[in-house]
Amino acid sequence: MILVLIDHDRGVIDPLSLRALTAARKLGQDIEAAVIGSDGAGLVAIAGEYGAKVLHVAAHSAITDYTPMASGRALKDLVEKLKPAAVIAAGSPRGNEQLAHLAAFLDIPMAAECSEITLGNPHHVLRARWAGNLIESANVHSDLLVATVLSFSIESESVNGSPASIVEFSPNLEPADSVVKILSRDSGESKGGVTLSDAKVIVSGGRGVGGPDGFGNLEELAALLEGTVGCSRVVTSSGWRPHAEQVGQTGTKVAPDLYIAAGISGAMQHIAGMKNSKTIVVINTDPEAPILRYADYAIIGDLHQVIPALTSAIRQAKG
Amino acid sequence: MDVLVCLKRVPLAGGTLILTPDSRDIETKHLGFGISPHEENAVEAGVQLVEQMGGTLTLLTLGPSDAEEQLRSQLAIGATRAVLIETDGQEWDPQGTAAALVDAINAEETKFDLIIFGAESADSAGYQIHIRVAHALNRPIVTNVKSMKIENGVASCERVVTTGREHYEAPLPAIVTVRDGLNIPRYPSVPGRMQARKKIVDMKKAEPRVPKLEKVTLALAPSKDKGAEILGKGAEAVPALVDVLKQIGAF
Ligand SMILES: Cc1cc2nc3c(=O)[nH]c(=O)nc-3n(C[C@H](O)[C@H](O)[C@H](O)COP(=O)(O)OP(=O)(O)OC[C@H]3O[C@@H](n4cnc5c(N)ncnc54)[C@H](O)[C@@H]3O)c2cc1C
Ligand SMILES: Nc1ncnc2c1ncn2[C@@H]1O[C@H](COP(=O)(O)O)[C@@H](O)[C@H]1O
Repeated sequence: MILVLIDHDRGVIDPLSLRALTAARKLGQDIEAAVIGSDGAGLVAIAGEYGAKVLHVAAHSAITDYTPMASGRALKDLVEKLKPAAVIAAGSPRGNEQLAHLAAFLDIPMAAECSEITLGNPHHVLRARWAGNLIESANVHSDLLVATVLSFSIESESVNGSPASIVEFSPNLEPADSVVKILSRDSGESKGGVTLSDAKVIVSGGRGVGGPDGFGNLEELAALLEGTVGCSRVVTSSGWRPHAEQVGQTGTKVAPDLYIAAGISGAMQHIAGMKNSKTIVVINTDPEAPILRYADYAIIGDLHQVIPALTSAIRQAKG
Repeated sequence: MDVLVCLKRVPLAGGTLILTPDSRDIETKHLGFGISPHEENAVEAGVQLVEQMGGTLTLLTLGPSDAEEQLRSQLAIGATRAVLIETDGQEWDPQGTAAALVDAINAEETKFDLIIFGAESADSAGYQIHIRVAHALNRPIVTNVKSMKIENGVASCERVVTTGREHYEAPLPAIVTVRDGLNIPRYPSVPGRMQARKKIVDMKKAEPRVPKLEKVTLALAPSKDKGAEILGKGAEAVPALVDVLKQIGAF
């Protein structure tokens, strides 16, 4: 049996969990699922639809919201009771965190961000390194495999299964398990405008923009295309733009319809965050810039000339 | 306030990666080395805390003796001293690394109020060493922190998610893992670099363990040249781009 953690936020499923369920099904064993917190019980239908026979619900008065260490403890209790061959979760910040707690409790290895899993002795995985630029082939020496699924390596597929049967249990939490949990939330800095992850159009600037003032032109173009401004890490670490606008491995991963990269060389850590954009347009003085390999269209030239010209041409075309 | 930051020496690869002939590592002959952006933010956070509250900032790494270079450059921005657990250059698996870090932390006289990690390492990104250390030391841990305050013996932390910000608290002594964007790391000054040369880097040894997450080989992720259509040079090419944008319905 394979146990899959279905992550949820106060009862609302993280859709990446459906990819984890899909990946787990490929291992050819029965699937059971777990949710942490009683407000996850409502996911019984979708758990079944994606192939889980049973949904284990960890219910405890100390689990009222996301409580990662308690998740690890609850999963440990389940593992000891059910003896699954593997515990699988989505390769999301929460999926990685909760399974790392499980692996730490059991003092066994964990393989994060796997694109392929083969059960055996030892187990074998392919996992992403360097923001997905390298694939590691690794053996996992442990009876129980603990692994998370690289989210873009798989699409979720339903099997139209009937609702899972619910088994509620109360994990044996220690006081330390629920010391760290979400205490409150707020909607952040979103100013009601277009956010980077939802934008259909992103006009992104790199070192080539030359300084904070240069971004005025990019903002104007972005506004005209009803999009928003993005940037590279050089830009945020120089303090030219806020970090919320950084695209890439340690910034935000985006996939807009149109990504305009101006004055960005295309380091792999930047590419990792934008390569899935539908159309990529590059404006760069260097005809050899690595970003050209990922581009659909390019203008070789100075962005300080090209962008204002583009803005006025679009204005004219719009009438 | 005594702070410890854990960091890892990694090659600074930006462009195309090349593997060693045995496909077990990145070819680093032509690469510089550094640490992850997350860990740069961790050190900067430690420096700021010690500036505000007094105390010490210690750096800890497990790696080859060459990792002294990364320790010195972070000592130059204001850390007090550093500890290097020396390996033969092979990367250790997460459990082995965490165990060695824990032993080194327990061997310190200072009982650190706060231990800061990067959210994940730049190269192997296992998302776990910090959580293993937290379990071994019986400390609360908050991960992926994007903003942090220390007040009345409590680390008050925010984590950014798609829907906004989540607020967590952990009583000290605690562990936090931080993300790029927490702060803007400063550059070392010339006097900072001079002082760093005289600061103490304690060299230690640890027994390697048999890896349970055993790296066998590495492969480059397939990527193909999309074959960009070059629309032209400079502003002259703008009309062609406007046509393209019209075609794809961008306006
Ligand atoms: C672990 C790790 C994580 C990282 N995470 C990220 C991340 O999330 N996001 C990120 O972006 N980077 C990240 N980086 C940094 C990354 O490696 C690069 O350093 C960075 O992306 C380079 O930014 P850039 O392209 O703006 O600058 P550069 O590489 O300096 O490129 C500037 C480009 O501008 C062009 N140019 C100059 N002047 C003009 C002009 N007038 N008009 C047009 N073009 C011009 C140049 O030809 C050049 O191609 C990370 C690095 C590491 C090690
Ligand atoms: N060799 C190491 N020495 C010291 N700290 C490390 C080492 N490897 C990883 N770390 C720390 O642990 C964090 C998480 O690493 P990882 O679990 O590999 O993603 C990193 O951001 C570092 O802060």
